[in-house]
Amino acid sequence: MAVIAVNKENFKAEVLQSDKPVLVDFWATWCGPCKMMAPVVESIAEEHPELKVCKVDIDENMELAQQFQVMSIPTLAAFKGGQMTGKTVGYQAKENVLKLFA
Amino acid sequence: MDIIVIGSGPAGVSAALYARRAGAAVTVITRGSGALAKAEKIENYYGLAAPVTGAQLEADGIAGAKRLGVEFVEAEVTGLSMNDEFTALTVQTPGASYEAGAVILAAGSTRLAPKIPGLKELEGRGVSYCAICDAFFYRGKTVAVLGEGEYALHEAEILLPHAGRVMLFTNGKEPAAPVPETIEVHTEKIAAIESVQADGMERVGAVRTEDGAVTHADGVFVALGTAGSVDLARKIGAETENNRVVTDSGMATNVPGLYAAGDCTGGLLQVVKAAYEGAVAGLAAAKYVRTKK
Repeated sequence: MAVIAVNKENFKAEVLQSDKPVLVDFWATWCGPCKMMAPVVESIAEEHPELKVCKVDIDENMELAQQFQVMSIPTLAAFKGGQMTGKTVGYQAKENVLKLFA
Repeated sequence: MDIIVIGSGPAGVSAALYARRAGAAVTVITRGSGALAKAEKIENYYGLAAPVTGAQLEADGIAGAKRLGVEFVEAEVTGLSMNDEFTALTVQTPGASYEAGAVILAAGSTRLAPKIPGLKELEGRGVSYCAICDAFFYRGKTVAVLGEGEYALHEAEILLPHAGRVMLFTNGKEPAAPVPETIEVHTEKIAAIESVQADGMERVGAVRTEDGAVTHADGVFVALGTAGSVDLARKIGAETENNRVVTDSGMATNVPGLYAAGDCTGGLLQVVKAAYEGAVAGLAAAKYVRTKK
């Protein structure tokens, strides 16, 4: 599966109302560690069909960052059943990201 | 420039030597002596008929590298970034920035962040280690930068155009460089980072100093002392773990063109290990820039 770019309009439908657990990558174009995170997030999307993987450009969706208390990027957040169940801050290796769903 | 090595200890100088002999143009950026110069006597390293001081070994290493054509620049590195295409890395110092095809981090290990109550607990909730990543979240807000040197000033200057108010908390030290008038300086020792309940979460609210003053701050950016290998790695998005830079067996980090060697990668804090890792990193970086050309 590909990584789905979500925004404030479709966040509810894609993330909060998803049947599957969702990984959300909060990122921005100017952030170096976010650039390094992107290939990791893409490979999780490919290797883990049991997850839905989304990304939010915080530059265009500041409201979402505020709503989910994102104050540092990259932040990777896990959502299950419409609730945020955990998050990591800064570059993380793949196994650390997957621990959010363990 | 082909390769920049950050640090002039046994790892950095070995990396420079091997990369130079593999045909690369190499510059070492260093802020001066590191851990080795503090060693009174080295007698467990190959080839020493009699013990030598760490300072002597370090000076001889640098002289040997200069003889082979390695350039040395004395400056403090305050930033590390890459371009959008992942084809070049930029190393920033207070007066200049240098672009290179590959960078080798060999600036030694940094002591862990000081035990200021609240710092660890509020990480990601107002405590940040990367101004360039997180300045955006503090538009018009009040932020505190913890630190006293060029590194802290560099972070403060990134925050200035975004934040409403930027303060420098030097934690009991005098600022090591002139501070622009637009940055408010607090020199008292820091007692704690205080939290507040806001928007349904516990987040940074203020900096409390030992004189009892509580100064409101929405964000705290940590930049104490000089930027070590792990700080620089964190800023560019290289993997770090337990205050060390993570590399593969070829000393490559996950960032294309970025290598690390010596004490900053963890393990034995010994000259022989630093020299080995420097050699591997130097050869790998030289090969990397050669295949890209």
